Amino acid sequence: MKNKKDRTKLMSGPYLFWALAFIIIPLCMIFYYGLTDRSGAFTMQNIMSIATAEHSKALWLSIGLSLIATLICLLLGYPLAAILARMKNRSGIIVFIFILPMWMNFLLRTLAWQTLLEKTGVINSVLAALNLPSINIINTSYAIVLGMVYNFLPFMVLPLYNSLTRIDDNVLNAAADLGANGVQTFLKITLPLTIPGIISGITMVFVPALTTFVISKLLGGSKILLIGNVIEEQFTQTGNWHLGSGLSIVLMVFIIFNMVISAVFDKNGEGNVL
Amino acid sequence: MSKRLIELNNISKSFNGNLVLDELDLYIRENEFLTLLGPSGCGKTTTLRIIGGFETPDTGSVMFNGTDITSLPPNKRQLNTVFQKYALFTHMNIEDNIAFGLKIKGKSDKYIKDKIEYALRLVNLEGYGKRMPDSLSGGQQQRIAIARAIVNEPKVLLLDEPLGALDLKLRQDMQYELIRLKEELGITFVYVTHDQEEALTMSDTIVVMNQGYIQQIGTPEDIYNEPENAFVADFIGDSNIIDGIMLQDELVMFLGTKFPCVDTGFGTNKPVDVVIRPEDVILSPPERGSLNGVVTHLIFKGVHYEMEVQAGGYEWLVHSTTMYPVGAEVGLSVDPFNIQIMNKPASEDEEAVSIEE
Repeated sequence: MKNKKDRTKLMSGPYLFWALAFIIIPLCMIFYYGLTDRSGAFTMQNIMSIATAEHSKALWLSIGLSLIATLICLLLGYPLAAILARMKNRSGIIVFIFILPMWMNFLLRTLAWQTLLEKTGVINSVLAALNLPSINIINTSYAIVLGMVYNFLPFMVLPLYNSLTRIDDNVLNAAADLGANGVQTFLKITLPLTIPGIISGITMVFVPALTTFVISKLLGGSKILLIGNVIEEQFTQTGNWHLGSGLSIVLMVFIIFNMVISAVFDKNGEGNVL
Repeated sequence: MSKRLIELNNISKSFNGNLVLDELDLYIRENEFLTLLGPSGCGKTTTLRIIGGFETPDTGSVMFNGTDITSLPPNKRQLNTVFQKYALFTHMNIEDNIAFGLKIKGKSDKYIKDKIEYALRLVNLEGYGKRMPDSLSGGQQQRIAIARAIVNEPKVLLLDEPLGALDLKLRQDMQYELIRLKEELGITFVYVTHDQEEALTMSDTIVVMNQGYIQQIGTPEDIYNEPENAFVADFIGDSNIIDGIMLQDELVMFLGTKFPCVDTGFGTNKPVDVVIRPEDVILSPPERGSLNGVVTHLIFKGVHYEMEVQAGGYEWLVHSTTMYPVGAEVGLSVDPFNIQIMNKPASEDEEAVSIEE
């Protein structure tokens, strides 16, 4: 027995090595850089710098835009997931079509939106041809939210779809049988039973939206800085790894907070797609 | 007899081009325990779902207490359903499950509390109110599903194979429980099952169905003792079904031997199905039987021995309390009133045809 157990342990070796080399060590390095200054002495300065006007503005803007994008994804995604779930077997091809854009490069998709939204871009050319007023949302927060919704909507729909298809038809029939109308059945049965999916979807949209710097860079121009852009700047332009790491640690706290909430609500791992 | 509470008139239903119910007529009397019995795919569950309002028939009408309810949605019908896999609300505790229908109807808290207590006592699960459905066994969940339905005081309780997922012992206990409930509540039960023993134990009336047609309607005794065709005879209990020829009234020939029987009115020299229950075959020493045969299989079943006897070119199934070992020569005989004579179906396809009333 013991032998067999040891062998099972051995099989996890390659992954443990991977985790050590590419997850644990980098994490330790972030903490090392985040908690030291250039001379290598311990400091809380990097972490506390989140309180400066520039950084806290970027953080709150990130949180605000991510929350808005998450809410829009939820409002768009829930009805869509409900329709897909009701289609049962025939939904396969539609889910496939829906996921198809995800196979395209993330950068490419976002660049495409840039081209579409430009002042002289495709959308405005069409609007001009139709004698309609042009829309100028490129390089604004609207464009960033649009980019977030477009890129992360599938991550909202899939866990919702999963938790909706898990509801036995007869459970909904039973609610109707006991006198509930459609709205009552939705509020008292469907919605509570899909909370794991909702929480999972929120996490899967909110976390990447909070940390993105590509979407804000391409669709927000250089005017709008999200916390992701600030951190990226520290590593690629300013070369201040210590400050960049310190801010990353702050961001991590928000993400872990979100993960804890989702773990509490989703004990059975029901909403997970991955 | 009490009045007709539910009437199904000329109901047809197909799914994706498959005809599931074909011009079905059926009525259910007040306070009766009616069972829809048949193999899977016979249309029994569809019939129940049409009564419950979960399916709409393609043609025909459903009458409830004299009113047409064919297109009435389930939440507006005065009946409640116990579903096959309980369909409890897993995110609510037992109390909230039971209270669901009453809360929708806006009953007072006091009324709801009393009802929950009454229902839990009725299904012998007092003190389970705060538990979650997942923490109960299958049999307990089933009883909660029943409690959840009956607190709404429906005129009719529909039960869709409610005992299908339970083990044998529990199933037998629940059968008695259901009979007791029905008597205490004094409401109509419409019960769907493929288990003939369940149907015989609990029902006032059994409706045997096959391939969308009603094969026979009758009391359990009628169905068992006087099956109207070979399908019913075969489906209810074990049967020996043998090709025969009705020579004249009260005389049938099968397996090359003439047997006196009690049936009349089939005409002369008419091909028929002869049905004999295994417990009606009398085994005796060879010289005393109408037919001679050899025992080929022997199984001890507890109350009786089950034997297969090769006689007259047919493998007879015999239940007897007297044991004959494998290889023994035996004589077979059957009392005239235990021989059931049935018309043959006109063709293989029509094996399922509806029977004329």
